[in-house]
Amino acid sequence: MHEKTPPRGRLRQDAALSAPPARRLFLRQLAGSAVLGAAAGAAADPLPVPDSAKQQGKPVASSPYGQPARFEANIIRRQSPGLTRTNQSSIAFTPLQSLFGIITPNGLHFERDHAGLPDIDPAQHRLAVHGLVAAPKLFSMDDILRLPSVSRLHFIECGANSGMEWGNAAMPTVQFTHGMLSCAEYTGVLLSTLLDAVGVDLRRGRYVLAEGADGASLTRTLPLSMAMDDVLLVYGQNGEMLRPENGYPLRLVVPGVQGVSSVKWLRRLEVGDAPWHTREETLHYSDLMPGGQSRQFTWIQEAKSVITSPSGGMQLLDKGGYYEITGLAWSGRGRIKRVDVSADGGRSWQPARLQEPVLSKALTRFRYDWVWDGTPALLQSRCMDETGYVQPALRQLREVRGTRSIYHNNAIQTWQVAADGGVHNVQV
Amino acid sequence: MYRFEGLALALALFSAATPAAPVWHGLGQPLHAEEISSWDIDVRPDGVGLPAGHGSVAEGQAVYDAQCAGCHGTFGESTDYLALAGGVGTLGTSSPQRTVGSKLDYATTLWDYINRAMPFNRSKALSPNEVYAVTAYVLNLNDIIPADARLDQHSLPKVEMPNRKGFTQQHGMMRVDGKPDVQNTLCMKKCAPAPVKLTSQLPAGFATQLYGDLEGHFRRFNGSAPAVAISLSPAALAASHGCLVCHAPQQSKLGPAFVDVARRYAHTAEATTLLRDKIRHGGSGVWGNAAMPAQTAVPDQDLAQILAWILSAAPTP
Repeated sequence: MHEKTPPRGRLRQDAALSAPPARRLFLRQLAGSAVLGAAAGAAADPLPVPDSAKQQGKPVASSPYGQPARFEANIIRRQSPGLTRTNQSSIAFTPLQSLFGIITPNGLHFERDHAGLPDIDPAQHRLAVHGLVAAPKLFSMDDILRLPSVSRLHFIECGANSGMEWGNAAMPTVQFTHGMLSCAEYTGVLLSTLLDAVGVDLRRGRYVLAEGADGASLTRTLPLSMAMDDVLLVYGQNGEMLRPENGYPLRLVVPGVQGVSSVKWLRRLEVGDAPWHTREETLHYSDLMPGGQSRQFTWIQEAKSVITSPSGGMQLLDKGGYYEITGLAWSGRGRIKRVDVSADGGRSWQPARLQEPVLSKALTRFRYDWVWDGTPALLQSRCMDETGYVQPALRQLREVRGTRSIYHNNAIQTWQVAADGGVHNVQV
Repeated sequence: MYRFEGLALALALFSAATPAAPVWHGLGQPLHAEEISSWDIDVRPDGVGLPAGHGSVAEGQAVYDAQCAGCHGTFGESTDYLALAGGVGTLGTSSPQRTVGSKLDYATTLWDYINRAMPFNRSKALSPNEVYAVTAYVLNLNDIIPADARLDQHSLPKVEMPNRKGFTQQHGMMRVDGKPDVQNTLCMKKCAPAPVKLTSQLPAGFATQLYGDLEGHFRRFNGSAPAVAISLSPAALAASHGCLVCHAPQQSKLGPAFVDVARRYAHTAEATTLLRDKIRHGGSGVWGNAAMPAQTAVPDQDLAQILAWILSAAPTP
C-alpha cells in the first residue's frame, strides 16, 4: 500500500518540484524548518501508520520467479531511437544511471543482437568442436554441465560503446553514452579445459573461430593463445542460466575483449591456422583511422571510467549541498588501480574511494563525497589500471585516431551540472 | 572448414588410448566429417571452405533484384541498411562511406556473409550457385569485376578488392600486454587553463524531441512511479516482430505496402483468416518475386492486433 497523505510537517518533493522554481525553493526551506521543528519536539502529529502495517500481505511465492517492485517499472533497457534500422539487428542499453554496485541484474544486461533473438531449446542444442584437434566432438548441454566449472566476475563492453560521441556530444544520458556495458558473475568451463579434452593441436593451431546459432550465425576469430588463457564457455550468469538475450544456453565470455567476441548461442568452435576475416572483423568492428587505414582485430578494451550519478538527464533536487559522486571503472588489461574525480572540467583532481572487490577485467565501483557550491560544475572521472595506463581525454584520442573510428572510445566523460541542477552531456 | 580432419580423426583414435587423460575427456560424442559439413560453412580468404559452384553477374542480377534490392537498393546504393556499392576512395576523407566495395579486404567475406546470413528474413536460403551469382553481381556493381564475369570456388579468392591493403594489425589492442597509442598523465592540479571551454553540447530541445521526457529514465521516490507504456501500439508490434523489415505502411518494399494489402483484402469475408494463414505458414510471392517466409514466433494476440491494424490500412499511431 502506498501512503496517500504525507506525514504532517513534511512536504513531498513532487509537490515541491511541480511548483515554480521560486516557490520550490521557498517550499523546501519551509520543509526544512518544519522537519527541524518536529525534531526539536515542537507541536506535530504522530506519523501515520501505513496500511501495510495493519493487514496481511500477499502469500509467499505469489511471484514464483520474483520481479522488481512495481515502482521500479521504469528501470529498463532501452533502445536509442533512430540508432538502428531494424529491431532485430539492434542494441538495448543498460540503465547504468539506476544501478548500484558492480553487478548488472540479468534482466538489465545490455543486449546486442545481429539477427534477432533466437529461441533455443537446450535439449536440442549442440556445440561442435573441430578443425585442428585430435578428437572432433559434439557436446550436448548435459555434457558441458558435467565438465569442471569455474565462476568469475567480468565486464562485457561492446567495442562501439560511446561510439556516437567521437565527433560531438550526441546522447543525453549515461544509459546511451555508456550502456553497452554490463558485469556479471559468469559460470562455465574454461575454454582451455574443453580444448584440452578434444586434443587441440597447439603446434599448428593459431586461431579459433566461434560461431553462434542465430540467423546471422555470427562468427569471430579469436587467437588460440587467448582461448587457452582465460576465455570461458558460459552457461550461468549471476546464479541462474543465461537469459535468452544473453546467449541461452551457451555463450563465450572473452574477458577484457570487445563484446562481439563473446559469441552468444555458441554452436561451433573451429581451430585453424589463419584468421577468417569475417564480416564482423572487417566491414564492422575495425577502427577507421585518419588516412583511411583500419585497425583490425582491436580486441582489448582499454581502461575507461564514467560517473553514473550525477549524470546526464538527472535533475539535482537541492541547489548546492552534499552529493555522492559515484561511477564505474574497468580495464581489459587487469585491475583498476585508482580513480580520480574532477568537478572543474579536469583542471584539478581528487582521488575517489574504490569499493571492494576490485577484480581483474571486472567493473569497479568508485565513490567521492562532493559538496556542490551551487555554481555550474563540470564533473569528470579518470581511471588508471594496474599497467599504469591512464584513461585519456577525448582531445588526446582524437589527435591520434580522428573522429571516424566508431569503436573503442574510452575517453573521459564530462557531465555539466548547470546552476539549476540540471545535468547535461557536454564535451570539453 | 579445415583440410586435415581425416588426419585429425586418426590422431583422435590414437590419443583416446592415452591413460593419463582426465576422466572428463570422455564426455561428448565423436564428430564425423560428414556430420559437421552442414554447419561448417565458414570461408577463409584463401578460399578454404568454399563449396564447388559458380554464378555469373547476369544470373546474380536476377537473384539480387528478387531477394536483395528491397533493402539494399536497385544498385546497392541504399544506406537504409548497409550500402553495398560505392564509397571507394572515401575512407581517408572526412565523410567515409563504409560499403562492401570500399571496406572489405577479401571477396570471400562477402560470399561467407551472404551465405550465412542473407537474405535477412530467411538466412541460408540461397544455393551455393546463387551465392556465387549474387556475389558476382555485387562485385560488378562496384566495378570490381566486369559485367560478363563468372565466379567459382577457384576465381573468387583471386578477386582483388580495392581495400585489400586497407587494414593494419600494427596497434596495441591485439594483445593484453600491447602498447597503448594514447597516454594521459596523473596530473592533479592546474591541469588545464581556466576557464575550461565547452566544445560540444546537445542542442536545446534535442533530447526531449528524440527521447521524450527523460525524467522517466531515472529512479525517483518523490512521487508516483512514472508510467511506462507496456502495451505496444500495433505499429510498434509490427516493428518488434520484424514485419517492417520487408513491409511498410504506405510503400511497397520487398513485400507489399500494408495499404495495398488492406485495399485487396479488407472487404473480403475471410480476410483475417486468410492473412493469418499466410503470415503463419508463409506465402509463395503473390505480390512479387519475394516469398513471404512463415512467421511462427508471433504470439496470437499480437498477430490479431497487427492484422486488424493492417486491414484498417495501417494508420500511423
